[in-house]
Amino acid sequence: MTLLAVERIKLFSTRAPVWCVATALALTIGATAGLVWLNARHSDGVSPESTQTLYILGLAVTMVMATLSVTTEYRFGTIKATFQAVPSRTRALLAKATVLALVAGFVGEISSFGSWGVARLITGSPHTDIATADEWREIAGMGLVYAVAAVLAVAVGALLRQSAAAVAILLLFPLLVEQLVEIVPGVGERLHDWMPFVAASQFAGTVDPTLPYGPWGGLAYFAAVAAVLLVAALVVVEKRDA
Amino acid sequence: MIEAVGLTKRYGRTVAVDDLSFTARPGVVTGFLGPNGAGKSTAMRLVLGLDRSDTGFVLIDGRRFGELRRPLRVIGGLLDATWVHPHRTARDHLRWLARAADMPRTRVDEVLDLVGLTKVARSPAGDFSLGMAQRLGIAAALVGDPSVLLFDEPVNGLDPQGIAWIRKLMRTMADNGRTVLVSSHLLAEMAQTADELIVIGRGRLIAQCPTAQFISEATESSVRVRTAQVERLQTALVHKGATVRHEPGALVVTGLDAAQIGELAAAHGVVLHELSPRRGSLEEAYLHHTGDAADHQAG
Repeated sequence: MTLLAVERIKLFSTRAPVWCVATALALTIGATAGLVWLNARHSDGVSPESTQTLYILGLAVTMVMATLSVTTEYRFGTIKATFQAVPSRTRALLAKATVLALVAGFVGEISSFGSWGVARLITGSPHTDIATADEWREIAGMGLVYAVAAVLAVAVGALLRQSAAAVAILLLFPLLVEQLVEIVPGVGERLHDWMPFVAASQFAGTVDPTLPYGPWGGLAYFAAVAAVLLVAALVVVEKRDA
Repeated sequence: MIEAVGLTKRYGRTVAVDDLSFTARPGVVTGFLGPNGAGKSTAMRLVLGLDRSDTGFVLIDGRRFGELRRPLRVIGGLLDATWVHPHRTARDHLRWLARAADMPRTRVDEVLDLVGLTKVARSPAGDFSLGMAQRLGIAAALVGDPSVLLFDEPVNGLDPQGIAWIRKLMRTMADNGRTVLVSSHLLAEMAQTADELIVIGRGRLIAQCPTAQFISEATESSVRVRTAQVERLQTALVHKGATVRHEPGALVVTGLDAAQIGELAAAHGVVLHELSPRRGSLEEAYLHHTGDAADHQAG
């Protein structure tokens, strides 16, 4: 508990995380509101699941926050102060991943319910009400996707130690690389199916029946990727000089 | 108590610390002396567990760093005063450290007061001058009220008042039974601060002994003598077995003390204009000991 409190104090005693949370929410909810408003003029209703299509915007910003929480410690040398203050580096990094996962999970929930909420307000249509279990999963489950993504981002930050590199990878991978993989001849489509953020959106969005796993399988696979990266980060951080 | 045993650390092909063993005891200020690049900072990082040594180990009050449940309660280190987030306030920086050490919140205000930063506690650490940052670093080292303190070149960037303050602080800490290990490349600084010395050069231990012993072993005491009757005095001195060296306008005599020289001069009817004993300096001792171990000449 002590280490969680330590990481919480560190996270919220600088302004960057607060800005990131605000940006993540404003971006996702704001853009969803715009989209719904435009759609609502042409159709008589918006389904709950279509209020979640822009979740990747807030997710990307949240991952930036999570990875910066590690890379800025390396940038300013506070990681050495951290390692002087805790008995084990593994526990320090696990505490950081936990705090970021909790904060990200919270952001994910506000973001998904917020996006749905503004859509419901704009359309004023019962068609937007959450009814099925799938719809509940897509909206209420968003926190899980954000939490796992935060752990993944913490791991990437700890492995790379450089803000620019970590942010670039975390933004380019889900937004660009995973889409470009498809054009690789022969194996492209199979590769695409197993991209971590593709798996995440199987859980957070409309289920794609062509994928070899279902929504919960997608989340499990996404979490497994994050876990592997985290273990790699822990091994590297324990071994190398601070 | 810090016990380092057989520490070796390589960075690529450079050997920064080479089979280094030393002990810093409680109750005394131990000076860690060596020219820039001698491996002092590396050794201190090894003590704090920040760098992993290739061989050897360090015991802090009998335990390895990884065995300390709340390290800040046992060992506080100031290695680099810039290791703070520039947008975090001094108070917040100490707050998370105090939390990690399981110290009550009031401890933050205590150490802020102790280092004289209470007024700027809510300013971002990035706005601090080097001297203020150094004080914040010292506050961070003290936050867990540890029994072992480690300071790497703590007087860098401090004004004379600040230097006097930190000297007094280290003295008080040692007098209270704490282990204080302080590094410096400034010999004069060490001579005034340290009771014991650990002298290293090129990553190797050159000497560990009380400061006074280090100086007296390496340098002989000499006496500076001025007189108009140089020839006559010199003959008498050499006859008595003393060694005489010429300095502009004076003789430097070794092998006889001031009283003996004075009496000898009187016996030979030589009038002395000056008769002043000189104690060996730490600088001389250091140069004598390190010889070619110095990569760069120490300042």
